[in-house]
Amino acid sequence: MTKRDTTIYWTGFGVVMALLIVAPLVLPPFWSRFVTEILIWGLLAMSSDVLIGYTGMVSFGHSAFFGLGMYGAAAALLMVAPPNLLLALLFGLTASAAVSAFVAYFSTRLRDIYFAITTLIFSQIFYVIIFTWTEVTGGENGLSFRRPAFGIPGLWTTPFTPETLHWFVLAVVAGSYLILRRIMRSPFGMVLQSIRENEPRTRAIGYAVERYKIVAVMLSGLFAGLSGVLYAIQNRFAAPDFVFFIISGDAVIFNVMGGIGTLVGPIVGAATFLLLREGLGRLFGDQFPYLIPLGFIFIAIIIFMPQGLLGFMRRWLNK
Amino acid sequence: MSAQATSQATSEDTATAPLVAVEGLHTYYGKSHILHGVSLTIGRGEVVGLLGRNGVGKSTTLKTIMGLVYPRQGKVVLEGRPVTALPAHKIAKLGIAYVPEDRRIFRLLTVLENLRTGLDRPGVTDARKQELLDKVFACFPVLGERRNQAGGTLSGGEQQMLAIARAMMLEPKIILLDEPTEGLMPRMVTQIHQIIDALHKEGVAILLVEQNVPLTLEASQRVYIMEKGAIRHHAKSSDLKIGDDVIKQYLGV
Amino acid sequence: MAAILSFFADFPIELFFIQTLNGIVTGMILALIASGLTLIFGIMDVVNFAHGELFMLGAYVGVIVLSTTGSFWLALLLAALLVGIFGAAMQIVTLRPLLGRDPLTTILATFGMSLILQNYALWQFGPVARKINEPYTGHFNLFYLEYPWYRLMIAGLSAAIIGGFWLFLKHGKFGIWIRATMQDRVMAQAMGIPVPLVHTVAFAIGAAMAAASGVLFGPLVGVNHTMGLDWVLKAFIVVVVGGMGNLGGSIAAAIFISLLEAYASIWVSPAQAVIVSFVVLIFTLLFRPTGLFVPTPK
Repeated sequence: MTKRDTTIYWTGFGVVMALLIVAPLVLPPFWSRFVTEILIWGLLAMSSDVLIGYTGMVSFGHSAFFGLGMYGAAAALLMVAPPNLLLALLFGLTASAAVSAFVAYFSTRLRDIYFAITTLIFSQIFYVIIFTWTEVTGGENGLSFRRPAFGIPGLWTTPFTPETLHWFVLAVVAGSYLILRRIMRSPFGMVLQSIRENEPRTRAIGYAVERYKIVAVMLSGLFAGLSGVLYAIQNRFAAPDFVFFIISGDAVIFNVMGGIGTLVGPIVGAATFLLLREGLGRLFGDQFPYLIPLGFIFIAIIIFMPQGLLGFMRRWLNK
Repeated sequence: MSAQATSQATSEDTATAPLVAVEGLHTYYGKSHILHGVSLTIGRGEVVGLLGRNGVGKSTTLKTIMGLVYPRQGKVVLEGRPVTALPAHKIAKLGIAYVPEDRRIFRLLTVLENLRTGLDRPGVTDARKQELLDKVFACFPVLGERRNQAGGTLSGGEQQMLAIARAMMLEPKIILLDEPTEGLMPRMVTQIHQIIDALHKEGVAILLVEQNVPLTLEASQRVYIMEKGAIRHHAKSSDLKIGDDVIKQYLGV
Repeated sequence: MAAILSFFADFPIELFFIQTLNGIVTGMILALIASGLTLIFGIMDVVNFAHGELFMLGAYVGVIVLSTTGSFWLALLLAALLVGIFGAAMQIVTLRPLLGRDPLTTILATFGMSLILQNYALWQFGPVARKINEPYTGHFNLFYLEYPWYRLMIAGLSAAIIGGFWLFLKHGKFGIWIRATMQDRVMAQAMGIPVPLVHTVAFAIGAAMAAASGVLFGPLVGVNHTMGLDWVLKAFIVVVVGGMGNLGGSIAAAIFISLLEAYASIWVSPAQAVIVSFVVLIFTLLFRPTGLFVPTPK
């Protein structure tokens, strides 16, 4: 990346960050919360980009990773009093890592379409388990719990305010973005992209493609789980609906709309989708089936603009 | 390229417009530039050979003519009409039939069903269909014997016959034959030669891609020789012999 | 030894028999849905995520036709016809432009369609389930139950439809065209077979079969906008277990899985019985990824 590109990139990054930091201070509470939610869903979509955009594997399993992250955090927050932030993160990430390892083991041996279907089915397996195991997971009604305080329990904590929660989420999401970006530009990330470009050739050169794929799925699952933890913290409940494969579908939609392979695109896609939904709801009333026009837009983007909204910047963002 | 050889070769087809004319084809597979400006003509009822080593682009040329692959530049003209951008099934209807390198008969369909994929066309009466079937079973009795067997159960040579028979069901003006003798026993090679002669007698043009140089020189009226994606030499088959320098140079025979 | 004997003595033979029947009934419906799905995949490499919604639409058309005309048979026929035509339109508008592109795009496109259709149904018909009335409400005595004739009818009708489809494939010009295109799309084109048309017709047939199952199954469950979701998942499992693109395999897998689930329901709740299909899937993926009933290729 040239010096000039670097400057432009980091300036852009700085500007966006500044706007997001200031957001809760200037926006009314509804919209401030809205921005926080966009960030959380954006993180989920970004995690899916690791697979779709960089490794070339479409996964519908993200709802499992997201959901298990959420339930993992819920478990931690319910088991320990006062609710412990670090424990929530730990449980949530461990749960989603475990699930993604499990799913990865079975599905990465399959190519393309079979992989997508299998991840979807696994999503549903977890949905059914969570839905029916009422004693542990609260079944249909889910679990509700209190929000933990920010800080290091035992040393210093302070309860979250809407602003500090937003900043916490922003820090986590921005940090995740930077970490993922670093990883995707590393030799490991290059191998993933080479798998996307031409898998047989990558294999022929001598890379253990399956192993890379498994790590990619786990990496993706980890960050999806992280977004689940954030969601649990923000909303203080966990419900099986979030494990249903539709959530995976949402992640894929945000990703494709925003532009796969850009890491930032999915966040933009999430923002666009959620804003459109909110806007359509306000214009036409709550009963309006906003997903119908959104669905058409989605299909139109696939046919006519397959690189997504930010797709034109893809090469540049990855330099 | 010998000027004399070229002028002698083209004088025959300026008399009548060619059946198929290919001009300046540039075809790519992804980023690989396979054909570098291929041009050739095939006259009505002519058997034209296309020789060259492996990988020079002979099959790609056939596929481009058939519309299975689209060239980035260049034209394919059939009876004066440009057909470059047409999908393969329309080109088949216009009278070009294709017998690919690995035969590619429909393995799970019976012999008869394989033939029907070419027979079932609009405008063909049942009587005519029966005529064509009788003719092809007379030509290839073994296919008649195995008519209700699945294509995949046939031997290599039988599958080759089926592939050619199937193409004949289209009653084409020209058949694109890609290495029909590959992997066949000498006895079958002779049979293929006889089939090509028979088709030629009926007025069907053939573009024959082959590695078997003697067969090609005997069966065709003209040959083109390709190397690295372009036509390097063009001559009447009667003017060429196995030991010729040109043959040695481009085919290493 | 005594324990084994007492196990067999306690074994609910009648329940087993009833569940066999139930398993076959569900299996036949599932086979019908899965056949359409595997046909579409086998012929154009498209994973039709909207297949469950086509099933759902068929059921709704059935509801409307039934309430206006009172005829179940007309409902069945019109549902298949109308949804079949809709399927053709859907294929032409959203899938044809994607021909030749990354197969993942078709997954996404059909997924988008499924969202549109689901929400359309929710919008038009509301969240309350509708009912399709059985065309025949008689029962017969099966052990201690009154077993509805209708259930046997569904199985029979599904079998008839599948059988009809099988015949269509084996005889007749279009059947040959479909089979040829499924085996080798490129050579089919080279033989003058209008492959784009074959694709559209195959998709329409798949959609029609899904719609028919919707109407047939309607009386057993409520008709509502999410009914497609559960079935499409099962159908995908069936298609993967049976071998993608393998019609015979899907039918065998459908019945096999349904029977196993029906038996499992003797001991666990139906919601948990679905775990059976997941287990079968995992087993298949581990040991016979090309399909449980398909000989492993070399």
